[in-house]
Amino acid sequence: MKISRRSFLKMGGTFALGFTALPGLKAFAASGLLKASPDPKALAGKKWAMAINMKVCREKGPEGCKECVVACHQVHNVPDIGNPKEEVKWIWKEPFANAFPGQEHEYLEETVKGQPFLVLCNHCDNPPCVRVCPTQATFKRKDGIVVMDDHRCIGCRFCMAACPFGARSFNFRDPRPYIPKLNREFPTREKGVVEKCNFCVERLAAGLSPACVEACRHGALVFGDLEDPNAGIRDVLSSRFTIRRKPELGTRPKVYYVV
Amino acid sequence: MLKRALGGSQRYWSWMFFLLALVGTGLACYIRQLDRGLAITGMSRDVSWGLYIGQFTFLVGVAASAVMVVLPYYVHHVKEFGGITIFGEFLAVAAVLMSLLFVIVDLGKPMRLLNLLLYPTPGSIMFWDMIVLTGYLLLNIVIGWNVLESEREAVPPPKWVKPLIYLSVPWAVSIHTVTAFLYAGLPGRPYWLTAIMAARFLASAFAAGPALLILLGLIIRRSSNFAPGGDVIQKLARIVAYAMIISVFFVGLEFFTAFYSQVPGHMQSLEYLFAGLDGHRNLVPFMWISAVLAVTALVLLINPATRENERTLQIACAAVFISLWLEKGLGLVVGGFIPSAVERVTDYAPTVPELLIALGIWAAGGLLLTILYKIAVSVKEEEPGMVELAQKRREVV
Repeated sequence: MKISRRSFLKMGGTFALGFTALPGLKAFAASGLLKASPDPKALAGKKWAMAINMKVCREKGPEGCKECVVACHQVHNVPDIGNPKEEVKWIWKEPFANAFPGQEHEYLEETVKGQPFLVLCNHCDNPPCVRVCPTQATFKRKDGIVVMDDHRCIGCRFCMAACPFGARSFNFRDPRPYIPKLNREFPTREKGVVEKCNFCVERLAAGLSPACVEACRHGALVFGDLEDPNAGIRDVLSSRFTIRRKPELGTRPKVYYVV
Repeated sequence: MLKRALGGSQRYWSWMFFLLALVGTGLACYIRQLDRGLAITGMSRDVSWGLYIGQFTFLVGVAASAVMVVLPYYVHHVKEFGGITIFGEFLAVAAVLMSLLFVIVDLGKPMRLLNLLLYPTPGSIMFWDMIVLTGYLLLNIVIGWNVLESEREAVPPPKWVKPLIYLSVPWAVSIHTVTAFLYAGLPGRPYWLTAIMAARFLASAFAAGPALLILLGLIIRRSSNFAPGGDVIQKLARIVAYAMIISVFFVGLEFFTAFYSQVPGHMQSLEYLFAGLDGHRNLVPFMWISAVLAVTALVLLINPATRENERTLQIACAAVFISLWLEKGLGLVVGGFIPSAVERVTDYAPTVPELLIALGIWAAGGLLLTILYKIAVSVKEEEPGMVELAQKRREVV
């Protein structure tokens, strides 16, 4: 290939322009003008986790109580598509045998057998969804929360194959027409991306506890930092016998259940 | 050389336009999919991969199988393979292209495809699959094209092609190994969580790919003045026979481990595929067709009389191809999702637009394959004495 003087000058000019712009950009970055600063009220933690006391949920909550589910889905603009095949859900109820495969037996106490259990993303400490994602669209934050970047996800659904808890939903169609009541404080998603529970990072950043935790009037849901010895969740975990879903898979789920 | 693809009989052109029509139909359906989303497919929250990813997996195998002609010819110098090696390499080119297209149509956000390069993630198997597949595509294009060009000029291929040919041998193994790792490294999908997944993939690939190559070789012999000899067909038939035996053996190993250990997770997918689970038996007929075809193929391939007879060999090859296509292109992917993470069975059946998109991609691959084969055949036909030889070989059959 031969480069003419004209095209050489053009290329040189472009590079030169790029280099002169760079220090300007750096100066901006250094000045802090372009940096986001966290809300001083924000809740900070090292290893966020949740304990779900199903005993309280069963005994105190009214029959078929779904307040936590409704609150979460409302706050996060989760669509109601009305077709189980395309269902999008962040937190929902599964019978004990489905939430904990192989744990149910025919002589199990009636208070547990066939009873609905709350399930959601486990925000695994060793998340397989993060491991397989080819674009880092799903990643684990420093505080242990596994989140999605809706704008980076290419919709390959490798994470859905990798998640052993069925916690991930795919937007098979445009979800916007199916959002019952739009919350303008939280983004909606587009068709073609995967989504899931985000442990309410947007609420933690504003100093609020997760929507489901706040919605449960009986205190069945306890949210806290595992690394904080004084956190309420540590109290639950050290005083009650708790189990996790599919611990044998080594994903180290951070949602604990009091059966 | 490309202009050789522009001249052909009326049959050639009607075949090309037929394929083009299928590509067009697939494209129209794909535009609809882009607009409506993957909701137009049969996939669901529980069965989140289906026909597309199944075809992708199967075609990576077809592509990898080119090594079964490259290895004997270039490494072991079995000269009978000389006539057919280029066809194996071009088959690999078309198969890789189809498999890449199948990944693209499966994406929810295909316009973000380049995020794979923008945010390279070596921890993700999909990242490596992209690298090995594009590498393999380039290797086969460069090798095939240069070898064919020097054949046309009746000179030995340039020296720098040799190392690339040797590199293509382990590279072929790598594409199917990495593709198997997409599945075999996932917790919570016991049907896929098997250490012999890559070995199974390679065995079934080395049966299905050469089986297709035999069928293509026989078509070329009938429709052109280049005739692959009966000896190379027989050598390929033996490869198909051994690979099919190993492939069926490997499936048998899976059955033993699942059903002797009695671990529910390992049994359930197989139960769903071959007997039905919780009253869902969508795939049962297909899996049994696959099994019956596999046994038929084995009988025809192991018995020397039926293997050496090209008529029965054709039946055997078609049986191998269809059997493995059902097993890998359908059962393997869907079976892994059933039961779901919360022990539920959701049936999967591809929709009409989904089938038409898949057919369109197969047609696009067929189109590319026809062009490449047309060029290769027209070069081969020019070899001195080839026309007479072809006539003689056709008469023998």
